[in-house]
Amino acid sequence: MTTYVIKGARILGGQKKDLLIRDGVVAEIGTGLSAAGAQVVDADGLVALPGLVDLHTHLREPGREDAETVETGSRSAALGGYTAVCAMANTSPVADTAGVVEQVWRLGREAGLVDVQPIGAVTVGLAGEQLAELGAMADSAARVRIFSDDGNCVADPRLMRRALEYVKAFDGVVAQHAEEPRLTSGAQMHEGEVAARLGMTGWPAVAEESIIARDVLLAEHVGARLHVCHVSTAGSVEILRWAKGRGIRVTAEVTPHHLLLTDERATSYDPVFKVNPPLRTATDVAALRAALVEGVIDIVATDHAPHAVEDKECEWAYARPGMLGLETALSIVLDVVGDELGWDGIAERMSRTPARIAGLTGHGLEPAAGAPANLTLVDPAARWTVDPAGLASRSRNTPYAAMTLPGRVVATFLHGEPTVLDGKAVK
Amino acid sequence: MIRHLLSAADLDAGTATMVLDTAAEMAALADREVKKLPTLRGRTVVNLFYEDSTRTRISFEAAAKRLSADVINFSAKGSSVSKGESLKDTALTLQAMGADAVVIRHSASGAPHRLANWIDGTVVNAGDGTHEHPTQALLDAYTMRSRLGRLAGLNVAIVGDVLHSRVARSNVLLLHTLGAKVTLIAPPTLLPVGVDAWPAETSYHLDSVLPDADVVMMLRVQRERMDQAYFPSAREYSRRYGLDVARMRRLPEHAIVMHPGPMNRGMEITPEVADSPRSTIVEQVANGVSVRMAVLYLLLGGKA
Repeated sequence: MTTYVIKGARILGGQKKDLLIRDGVVAEIGTGLSAAGAQVVDADGLVALPGLVDLHTHLREPGREDAETVETGSRSAALGGYTAVCAMANTSPVADTAGVVEQVWRLGREAGLVDVQPIGAVTVGLAGEQLAELGAMADSAARVRIFSDDGNCVADPRLMRRALEYVKAFDGVVAQHAEEPRLTSGAQMHEGEVAARLGMTGWPAVAEESIIARDVLLAEHVGARLHVCHVSTAGSVEILRWAKGRGIRVTAEVTPHHLLLTDERATSYDPVFKVNPPLRTATDVAALRAALVEGVIDIVATDHAPHAVEDKECEWAYARPGMLGLETALSIVLDVVGDELGWDGIAERMSRTPARIAGLTGHGLEPAAGAPANLTLVDPAARWTVDPAGLASRSRNTPYAAMTLPGRVVATFLHGEPTVLDGKAVK
Repeated sequence: MIRHLLSAADLDAGTATMVLDTAAEMAALADREVKKLPTLRGRTVVNLFYEDSTRTRISFEAAAKRLSADVINFSAKGSSVSKGESLKDTALTLQAMGADAVVIRHSASGAPHRLANWIDGTVVNAGDGTHEHPTQALLDAYTMRSRLGRLAGLNVAIVGDVLHSRVARSNVLLLHTLGAKVTLIAPPTLLPVGVDAWPAETSYHLDSVLPDADVVMMLRVQRERMDQAYFPSAREYSRRYGLDVARMRRLPEHAIVMHPGPMNRGMEITPEVADSPRSTIVEQVANGVSVRMAVLYLLLGGKA
């Protein structure tokens, strides 16, 4: 393995230091470091963060390799500063068996750009009827700890209760896509003034909030962990605050797009803004930002959802929901709450806490002597303009096209080897 | 002049009035022996209909033909659309064929907006999902103006399934632009969440609105809505929100009754009311052709 000396990086925005990286770990931190044969990485003025961890990524493989593969999604992740991503289970076939999760895990290892941690489905085929073999997935080489039917809600309360209980045996966690399906039949966008004007069927906030309320009570009742995916409403924040105050073991994520965009975007009828849960109101956006800063919402997760061109260049109602997120997440977070969170707060929300929820012990660690060298170097002064054609994802469905955003990932190291250098993927 | 007509909100008061005035000139033409104008000779108008709507399609077809345009009727049935061709590919095909205007009817809200991004020609929204139907609003305004002499200050009651009605959305916008006062009357389940932001009053009680109404517009209510629990039964709906003779008597002497069609006789309107002298339902159809002539004429920049 090559030895690297990263010169002049500011760990979490602190004083400039050199980092000596050897054999996959941070061997030494100091000033004026050098090593024979080491490759020098000029990081003057760059901020070093623990490699980011995404708890919610759709890699589309197996099944929709035309939209994304484990490899292209991994490259997107690395360019976004990530060293680990959790791959959602709604592939085709669904990741509801040990065989499929192991396949995804192996593809991630082969790509070698981020650690790909598969998420297992809660129910067979995401159908919400019968538990998938959760234990088999947990015991597999993929060592699955997060289970989610994301895309679908585990709507049946008895099934949800059992899932929460069952995964306690291997310290698992159920990540719920909170959406009461009876309240969102045919829904296209947030139910409110804009939907009324545009003549689109509404997705009411209460469809999310009622499931979160139910699930935190279930989690409390059976003493289980619950993770709430992509929280999108101010009301959900209040329920989470209440649940945490009560000591319920619940964690929650918010996506970059829900921190930035509102339902007004749908006025264009461009399905690049169609996503599930939908973009909400400015009031919700403000509440989500405050909750993330306060810690009521624990983490940022991308819900990176690549879609082929034909699934977006069509009528809104026929388009698939979802947007790209991996390559823009850090910049969006810096843009909307960077000042309030600070670098330590960003590391907490985008690396340490997601790593802890996912049980990824080699990630989310401070760059410190002896720690695994999973880290990313960010230029805080850079600004860049999002060009969909310039993204590494196989898909182009970014809602941020032509936006100029702050902060740029310059380099990412995974297990001591660079996956990104000079802002470019090394492979 | 604007390039597309996608929403009634695309029309300011001046433009909307110009459309209505032009429609009046077009209507005068209908009384002549030769009903045709050479205005759009050599121009191609495509009727792109993804939803069955004989009435609207024929109205647009007649309008384009009376302006001497070449008309191509493109129906989703029996075309490559049923073989899975996307709206975008269809748009590019029409573009390549040199369509100057595409009149689109589609079940998805916003489809005309998408189409307008993909073709160079003019797009006219002939009804998109539960969003808008701007030429219907224009013909309704035209009908009100010709019957009652004005639009400013009129009290217009729109009754029925506002939630799913593109006619209601376009009428609210256009009538507000033209100075009329709109009241939407429906059971609470059939008013959209967010309706408070519309430039209209709302009421759950038809009887209290009728004595002050100059216009009552009854919307079609599909019986299937009952299955999604919007109301308990067709009978209860028509008892509370249907227009029958007894209710019609509560209207001022001069008030008119409108319906965009097709009607559910016995559901939202009784046959006696639909066929009464107050009813403008047949007139609306005739006015539709004149208004659509005016729209095509103005959008395609025809010279008289």
